[in-house]
Amino acid sequence: MATISADSRGLRLAVRYTVLGIIAIIFVFPLVFMLVSSLKPDAQLLADTASLRAFLPVGDISFDNYTAAFKRAPVGLFIMNSVIVTGITVVLSLLVCSMAAFAFVFVNWKGRELVLTIILATLIVPFETIAIPLLLISSKLPWIGLDGLKWGWLNSYHVQIVPFMADGLTIYLFVQYFKDLPGELIEAARVEGATWGQIYRRIVMPLAGPVLATAAILKFLAMYNQYLWPLMVVQEEGYRPVMVGLQYFFQLNRAWGEIMAYLSLITIPVLAFYLYLQKAFIASIASTGVKG
Amino acid sequence: MAAITLKGLKKSYGQAHVIKGVDIDIEDGEFVVFVGPSGCGKSTLLRMIAGLEDISDGTLTIGGKVMNDLPPKDRGVAMVFQSYAIFPHMTVRENVAFGLTISGASKEEKETKVAEAARILQMEHLMDRRPSQLSGGQRQRVAIGRAIVRKPQVFLFDEPLSNLDAALRMDMRMEIGKLHKALGATMVYVTHDQVEAMTLADKIVVLKDGLVQQIGSPMELYHHPANAFVAGFLGSPGMNFLEVDVKEVNGDRATVSNAALDPVTLTARHPGIKAGGKARLGLRPQYLSPDADAGAGVLHGKIALTERLGSETIVEAVTTDGKPLIVALARDAVFEIGTPISLRFDPETAHLFAL
Repeated sequence: MATISADSRGLRLAVRYTVLGIIAIIFVFPLVFMLVSSLKPDAQLLADTASLRAFLPVGDISFDNYTAAFKRAPVGLFIMNSVIVTGITVVLSLLVCSMAAFAFVFVNWKGRELVLTIILATLIVPFETIAIPLLLISSKLPWIGLDGLKWGWLNSYHVQIVPFMADGLTIYLFVQYFKDLPGELIEAARVEGATWGQIYRRIVMPLAGPVLATAAILKFLAMYNQYLWPLMVVQEEGYRPVMVGLQYFFQLNRAWGEIMAYLSLITIPVLAFYLYLQKAFIASIASTGVKG
Repeated sequence: MAAITLKGLKKSYGQAHVIKGVDIDIEDGEFVVFVGPSGCGKSTLLRMIAGLEDISDGTLTIGGKVMNDLPPKDRGVAMVFQSYAIFPHMTVRENVAFGLTISGASKEEKETKVAEAARILQMEHLMDRRPSQLSGGQRQRVAIGRAIVRKPQVFLFDEPLSNLDAALRMDMRMEIGKLHKALGATMVYVTHDQVEAMTLADKIVVLKDGLVQQIGSPMELYHHPANAFVAGFLGSPGMNFLEVDVKEVNGDRATVSNAALDPVTLTARHPGIKAGGKARLGLRPQYLSPDADAGAGVLHGKIALTERLGSETIVEAVTTDGKPLIVALARDAVFEIGTPISLRFDPETAHLFAL
C-alpha cells in the first residue's frame, strides 16, 4: 500500500511540475525573446524569428542596440521620471487608501456604508470616460511649489501623482483585508487606551503585510504602465515617463533591436520590484499565520 | 474606589432589544459573574461597561462617575477576551507592555511593571516569545498580564477560559481566583459555565433574554433560586423538574403528588401555587437517594442508565409516568438497569415553582 501511495504521489508531483513548467515557459518566452532580440542587429533579429534561434543569444551579439537606444531617447530620464511618479504614488496610495479603509472598517460613523458604496461604484467607471474632465480640472488647479503659486498642473510630476493617490480598487483591497482581522485585537487596543491613530500605526498596519504587498504590486504595475494620462498632461520631455517614451522608437526609421533594448531596460525595474515584494508577500503570510 | 452601578441599562440594535433594562450594583473589590445561556446578553452587558458598545438607555457609573459616553480608554478598565486578543506581531513583553507604551510610560517604569506582572503570572521565561509560539493557556496568561500591568480599577473578563481544555481551565480558574484576592480589584466576569460562576463569584448575576433573573451569592442562588430558570441553570447535573398536582395549600405549605410521587408536604416559597392546580417540582440530583432514611418524599421509577465516576455515580432513572430523572450519588454504587427503584428526598430541599 505504501509503495502505491508513494508512486501516485510521485506521479501527481510529476504532473504538477510539468503543468507548472509549461506555464512558466509560456510566461518566460516573450521575456527571453525580448532580451535576446535586444542583443541582435535588426536583420538577424528578423531572420531569426522564423526559427527557435529567436530565443537563443547566437550570431552577431552586441550591446549596440542599447547604445543606440540611449542616443535616440533620454532613456535614463524617462526611467527616473517613471520611478519617481510610480514610487511616490504607490507610497501615498498605500497610506491614503489604508487610512480610508481603516475608517470604513473600524470607526463607527454615520453614512460610512453609503460612502463606501459610492467609492466601490467608481470601480466600474473606465478611466477614459473621466480623462477629459480630469484634464480640464487639473489644467486649472493651483499648486504651491518651490517657485511659488502656479495655476494649472500640466507638465509636472504632481499631475501624474495626485489623481491616482486614492482609488476604489486599493481601498477595496484594504477594506476586505481589515474586515478579516480579528475585531477583538482592535477592541483590546482600545480598552488598553490606544487612540485610533495608535491602533492604525501599531496594530493594523504591522498586520497588513500581505495586503500592502498586493496593493503595492497592483498599483506599481498600473502606474508604471500609465500611457494615456501622461500623454495628455505632459508635453515637456523633462516629466515624461517610460511608456510615453516608447513613442520615440516608433517614429521615422523603426529599429526593432532598439525597441527591444528599450523594453528590456524599462522591464527590469518592474521585475525587480515584483520579485522583491513577492518575497515580502510570502514572508508576511508566514509570519501572520497565528492561530486565534 | 471602583464600584460599578448599572441603572436601567438598555441596548437595542434597531428593533432588536438585547438588554432590556438591567440594574446591578457592584461593590468595590467584588468579583461578580454574569452567567446565562448563549444570547442572554451577558457579553453585550460587559462590552457596554467596557465602552465597546454604546448604551441605548440608562446610566453606567464606575467609581461614582457617569461613563455612558466616555471612550474605553477613559473608563479605567482592562479587559480579557475569549480569543485572548493578543497582538500576533509583538513579543509577549511588548504585548504586556502595550498599555504602558501607548500611555508614554518611561522605560524603567515599563520594565518594573512588566517584570512584576510576569512574576505574578509565572511567565518570566516566555517574555521574548511570539504569540504563535505559545499554547492556549500561555496566551491567556499574556492577555491577563496585559490587563494587570496597568493596575486598572476594574477587570472585565469575557469568557476567558472557554477556549482552554478542561484541565487547564480548572488551573486558570483557580489562578484568576487567586489573582482577585491578590489585587483586590473589582472584577466582572462573563461565562456560560456555571461551575466557573459558582467557584469564582462573590456575587452571581443570572441573565436571560436581556433581563436579570436573580442576583446573589452563589449559595443563595443555589439554595434559594428565584425561579425555575435560575434553579435549572445552576448546579451540575442540572435540577430535575417534574410536573405535579397541588392537592392542598395551607399557608406556605403545599401538598403535591403525581403518578410517580407519593403525596408529600413541602414549603412553597414561590407565589402562584394554588390547590387543585399544577406546579413544577424541582429536585436537585444530589438530594435524591435510594436510601430508606433519605427523607419523606418518595418517587417511584426504574433504572435506565448508570455512569460510575469512581467517587460519584450518576444514575438516570425513569419515573413510573415516563419522565427522566437524574440522581447523583456521592459514592460508587452498582445498579442493574431496569430494576425498579424508590428514590427519596428531604422535602425541604425541594423547590416548588408555579407553572
